[in-house]
Amino acid sequence: MTMTETAQSTSQQTAAPRALKTPFWRAMIALAAKDLRIEVRGRELINAMLLFAALSVLIFSFALELDRTARETSIAGVLWVTVVFAGMLGLGRSLAAEKDRGNLDALLLAPVDRAALFFGKMLSNLLFMLVVALLLVVLSTVLFNVSLFKPWLGLVIVLGTVGFATVGTLLSSMAVHTRARETMLPILLLPVSLPIILSAVRASTAILTGAPQEDWIAWPQLLFAADLILLALAYVLFDFVVEE
Amino acid sequence: MTLVDSPARPSRLLTGMTILAVVMFVAATLMALFYAPTDQQGHVQRIFYMHLGAFMGGALAFLIGAVASALYLARRQKRWDTLALSAIEIGLVLSGFNIVSGAVWARPIWNTWWTWDPRLTSAAVMWLTYAAYMMLRNGIEDPDRRARFGGVYGIVAFTSVIFTTVITRVRPDTIHPVVVGPSPQNAQGSFEINSSAMTVTLVFNIVTYVILALTLIWHRVRLEELAERVQQIKVRMFSR
Repeated sequence: MTMTETAQSTSQQTAAPRALKTPFWRAMIALAAKDLRIEVRGRELINAMLLFAALSVLIFSFALELDRTARETSIAGVLWVTVVFAGMLGLGRSLAAEKDRGNLDALLLAPVDRAALFFGKMLSNLLFMLVVALLLVVLSTVLFNVSLFKPWLGLVIVLGTVGFATVGTLLSSMAVHTRARETMLPILLLPVSLPIILSAVRASTAILTGAPQEDWIAWPQLLFAADLILLALAYVLFDFVVEE
Repeated sequence: MTLVDSPARPSRLLTGMTILAVVMFVAATLMALFYAPTDQQGHVQRIFYMHLGAFMGGALAFLIGAVASALYLARRQKRWDTLALSAIEIGLVLSGFNIVSGAVWARPIWNTWWTWDPRLTSAAVMWLTYAAYMMLRNGIEDPDRRARFGGVYGIVAFTSVIFTTVITRVRPDTIHPVVVGPSPQNAQGSFEINSSAMTVTLVFNIVTYVILALTLIWHRVRLEELAERVQQIKVRMFSR
């Protein structure tokens, strides 16, 4: 905030004719588009995430011996654990790459709202997680013969990944500055995202077992409330994480 | 201004609070053990007074931690960071006692030490969140950055306290009883506060644990500031 204020005041003093700041939406879309372009060309991150997700589903099917009855009750848990861990792979790399290749400093020097940087990174992380979730939905429908194509489940997946990507982007931007950052991210992220994971798993399980709506509707509501709180917190707190 | 008035001895107010906290703690424990009437659950129900008291003390400490974190981010004064760290450490101790005493009580009443109930899970995760806070601080060398990141995480972590407090009132499928207000329909081992002796014991225990938390936080702040003073003196001695 203080950075932007001083930037504005100096622009008034020197009476610069053109606007100094890139508009919020344009900066945010540009940053997310840059991440997507890197992935379309290199496929470094998304390939790792997708392979990890496929492997994880296989490991779970052996470990839990997912027979026909066990599938319905535990497939939602498998889905969410896989999305969370694959998402963490992506989160760890996404900001570490910016920092190691020196792009983070350039982004912070750019005349862009800090919140636009946050939401740009969060948007690209969210898109990668949604791609993983989509693969998992297709994969489990084919492999386990449980149809996951349900509109309510889609909504829960979107709400859950939005919350997880929000808090994940905020905390991974802190974790890259710590010692042993690869181990720090899960320790910081998993407990804070429990409200999201718990409500998402409970809602998904209830939807897949076909429970009546009034039994589980409180979970998506809780999820939505948690998303709003985390988005507001991340919007306010990201400034403090990246300043310097 | 620092919270330490005299480096050698604690201030008179702190000494008074310490004596008060010790006396009240002994009195509260004796009240829970002997004054409160025996419930139909038997003597084990007496854990309740300490169980809820420790939760209240812990939650208050975490609230102080969150407020101090926000104040640090707003003002950038070192003492707010020290207060946040101290409050969260004390909160960890008290909420740890809350969880352990709950397990001891659950063994005879629920016939298990632990159950994966939303309330218990969220309380355990609340504890782990603040344990992660301590890990985060240990993982950063630069003191300014440590304080800044601590401030951010201290605020984010408080969502887990809100979640723990709210969950039994949002979700009916928990077996953890609620004493003030209507209990969830599936609650196991709930009981009624039906005598004034129980109410008095409960209120006295909560007040005691609140004062205990505040006193311990103050001592912890003082310890941190003394440690810093020692550090400064060391630097001065060796630079001669």
